[in-house]
Amino acid sequence: MFDALSERFERLGASLRSKGRLSDADLEVALAEVRAALLEADVELGVVRAFLDAVRERLSGEALSQSLSPGQQVIKAVHEQLIEVLGGAPLKVTYAPRPPTVVLLAGLQGAGKTTAAAKLAAWFKQQGRQPYLVAADLQRPAAVEQLRVLGAQVGVDVFSESSSPVEVARHGLAEAVRLGRDVVIVDTAGRLSIDEALMAEVRAISDVTSPHYTFLVIDAVTGQDAVFTARAFHETLELSGIIVTKLDYDARGGAVLSTRGVVGRPIVFASTGEKMGDFDLFHPDRMASRILGMGDVLSLIEQAERTMDSDVVAASADRMMSGTFTLDDFLAQLNQVRKMGSLGGIMKLMPGVTKEMRNAANNVDEGELNKVEAIIRSMTPKERANPTIIDGSRRTRIARGSGTTVAGVNQLMKQFGEMRKMMRQMGSGASPTLPGGMGRMAGLAARASAQRGDLPAGFEALGAGMSAGAPVRSGGGSKNKKKKGGRVTPPKQR
Amino acid sequence: MITAIIVAAIVLVAVLAALGVVARRRRASRSIAPAPPRAAMPDVLVTEVAERPVLVDETPVLTQRLGSSRGVFDRVRSISSVGVLSAEQLEVVEEVLLRSDVGVATTNLILDDLRTNGAPDGVATAVRTDLLDSLGLERSVTTTAAPGRVPVWLFVGVNGVGKTTTIGKLAQRHVDEGRSVVLAAGDTFRAAAADQLEEWARRTGADIVRAAEGADPGSVVHDALGRAAARGADIVLADTAGRRANSTNLLDELAKVRRVADREPGQVVETFMVLDATTGQNALSQAREFLAAADVTGIVLTKLDGTARGGIVVAIERELDIPVKFVGVGEGVADLIVFDPEAFVDSLLDA
Repeated sequence: MFDALSERFERLGASLRSKGRLSDADLEVALAEVRAALLEADVELGVVRAFLDAVRERLSGEALSQSLSPGQQVIKAVHEQLIEVLGGAPLKVTYAPRPPTVVLLAGLQGAGKTTAAAKLAAWFKQQGRQPYLVAADLQRPAAVEQLRVLGAQVGVDVFSESSSPVEVARHGLAEAVRLGRDVVIVDTAGRLSIDEALMAEVRAISDVTSPHYTFLVIDAVTGQDAVFTARAFHETLELSGIIVTKLDYDARGGAVLSTRGVVGRPIVFASTGEKMGDFDLFHPDRMASRILGMGDVLSLIEQAERTMDSDVVAASADRMMSGTFTLDDFLAQLNQVRKMGSLGGIMKLMPGVTKEMRNAANNVDEGELNKVEAIIRSMTPKERANPTIIDGSRRTRIARGSGTTVAGVNQLMKQFGEMRKMMRQMGSGASPTLPGGMGRMAGLAARASAQRGDLPAGFEALGAGMSAGAPVRSGGGSKNKKKKGGRVTPPKQR
Repeated sequence: MITAIIVAAIVLVAVLAALGVVARRRRASRSIAPAPPRAAMPDVLVTEVAERPVLVDETPVLTQRLGSSRGVFDRVRSISSVGVLSAEQLEVVEEVLLRSDVGVATTNLILDDLRTNGAPDGVATAVRTDLLDSLGLERSVTTTAAPGRVPVWLFVGVNGVGKTTTIGKLAQRHVDEGRSVVLAAGDTFRAAAADQLEEWARRTGADIVRAAEGADPGSVVHDALGRAAARGADIVLADTAGRRANSTNLLDELAKVRRVADREPGQVVETFMVLDATTGQNALSQAREFLAAADVTGIVLTKLDGTARGGIVVAIERELDIPVKFVGVGEGVADLIVFDPEAFVDSLLDA
C-alpha cells in the first residue's frame, strides 16, 4: 500500500543520493514523492499543499548537512514539520475550580463516540476522578443501552432518561452535581455536519451544559472529508480538541494531520483498540512517523502482537536474559517469528538494517529455516536443553535424523553458542558486540513502545521500560535516556 | 547461507524478546477496577425514540441527497473540446478526483489518459467516461438459494460503518418485496448491538435470533438458520461484529462465521462489505482483507448523504472487482438505494 518514504527516495535512484547537495530540481522531485505519500495517507489536499510549502521553506533556510544525504535531509525536514503540525501546544486537561468539569463529545455517525466516552471515563477514573456519563444519544437505537453496558464495565454510572437530548444533558449535569461527581462526560448522537437541525441541537446541548472541553471524535480511517467535518463542528461548537479513534487499524491516519491543520486544535486522546484500556493521551511524534511510514518498528510491534503468543515470547525472553536460553526456546521464538510472515518482509520493517542484511533475509528461503527446525527437532530434549553434551556421534545421528550434514549441524551449534553468549552479556548489562544495526534497532523498539504510552505513564514507566527491555539498553538506549525522559512526560506534568 | 539465517534470527529474537517483556508489563498495568454492582447505578429508564419512521414515497435520488457542492470542477467543465489540456486544467481535474478520495493511483491513470488522448468531447465527458469505465461491474443481487437451502446475506466491515443500520434497512426492503426475514444478531461483541438490531426487527416486523453478549457468533447464525428453515423463512440477514481488517484472529473468526452460514440448511448468496463513505485510502486494504477472509460479493456504501464522496469505491472496483450494490443516503428506513454508477459519478464530479 504505502511504502516508507525512505524507500520512495531509494527508488528515485542515484540522482538524489550521489549528489553532494540538493538542487532545486532534486528538491521538487523529492517533494513530489512526499506529496504522493501524504495523499496516500489521506492527508487533505489543501493541508498537503500548505505542508509542502513549509517543508520547502525549512529546507531552503537550512544549511546543508554534512552527515546526512540529501534524501535523509528531506525526510528529516518532513518529519520535523509533521511533529510541529501535529504537536503544537498540547491541551492541558485541567479541572474546573467548581466541579464538575464538563466534557462534550460530538462527531459523525460511527466515529466511536460512545466507546470513546466510556474509555474517557475510565481514563478520568484512573486519574483519581469521579466521572459521570450522560447518554444524550437518543437517535441510534440502543445507544443508551450500549453506554450503560460500557459504563458498568468501567465502573462509571450512566445517566439516561427518555426525554430529549437537550433535557437529558441538562438533567444529567444536575444529577452529577447532586451526586458530587467532578467530571461529566456527555455522549451525543452522531450527526452530519450539513444536517442543520441536528447541528443546532448539539449547539443547544453545548449551551445548556457549557462544557469546559468539547472534543470532536474522528475516525483514523477518514479520508479527505475529515477537514470539512472538523471545520463545520468547530464553527458550531468551538472545539477544544480532537479524539482520534481506531488508530489500531493499519490506516496512516492522515485525517488526524488534516484536522489538526485545519481547526488548529490539538489531538488530545487516541483510542487504539477495542479494550477499555486502549485509550491514552496522543503522541504526535509517533503519529508523524506513522504517516511517513518511518515508524515501522511500531507496525512491527503491532504485527508481532497480532500474531505472536506473548506468553511464549515472554517466557523465553526471561530465560534469554538470565542466560539459560535453550534450543527449545530458540525454536519457539523462530516459529513465532515465522508466523509473522517472511523474514524479508519483517526485515523491511526494521530501521537500521543494512541493505546486505535485508538482502540476506530476502534470500532466505523457507526451506533453509525448515532445515534449522529439522536439526533442532532431531535432538533429544536433553540435548536441546544442554547442547554442550552433543559430541561427534550425536552430531552424526542428528545430521542423519534431520537429513542434513554434520557441517550444517556444526554451523548451527556454533551460531547458537555465539548467540547465547551475546544474550548473556545483554542480560548482565555489559555492552556486547552486536551484529550491525541491532543495538540501534532494539533501542528504537524500546523507545517506540515507550512512546506508545502503553506503559504506566511517567518516569516510573521509563524505568520499567528500561529495565524491562534489558537487551535494549545495551544498544543506543542509554545514550538517549534524557531524550526519552522528555517524551514520556506523565500527563500531570504536561 | 545458514549464517544469514542465524543473523536474521538473532536480530528478530532480540527485538521480540523486548516486545515480550513490554507486552507482559502492559498486561499487568492494564487491569481496570471491577465494575461495581449494578444496584449502584441510578434507576434509569431506557426508552429510545422508537417510532416507526414514516416511509417516504419517492426514492431519494443520489444527486439530490448529496451534500453541498464546491464548484471546483466548474472551472474545467465548460471546456468543451481540447486536444491538449493545460497543466492548470489537469490540476483542477486532479484536485476534484483526489478530494473525492478516488486515490492517487486511479487519479494518475485518468490524468495519463487525458494527457495522451486529450478531451475531444469535453473535459467533463472524458473524466466521466474514465470513471464509468472503472465502474463497469455486474451488480445484480441474489435472493434465492439452491432448493432446500435458506439464502443468507452476510454483512461484514470495520467498526462504525453502519452494518446494523444497513441490515435494518435491507430487512425493510425484503419485507416490502414480500419476503419473510430472519435477522441473526451475530455481533455479540459490541455492547447492545443485539438490542439495536432487535429494535430494527420490531420496526420492520422481521424475526430475530439473538444470544447473550460474548456468545459465539457462529452459534447465533446457526440458530438463525435453524429458525429460518423451521419457519420456512425466505432469507436470513446475518450481522457480524465490526472488526479491524488487519487482525488475523478477527478475520479467521469471520471466516468461521461464514462457513457456518454456508452449511446446510443455509447458503451464503451475498456477502456485503459495508463501507463508510468518509473512509479514505484504508478502504482498499479493508476490501482486500475482507475479500480474502469472507469472499465479499458486494459493497454497501453508507453515509453518502454527508459531505464525503466515497470515491475510493472506484479504486476498489478497479483493483479488486468488488461491485458496489447499495448506497445509504440517510437515516430513514427507505434511505438505502440501489447503486447507480452514473448518478454516483455525477455526484463525484459535482464537487
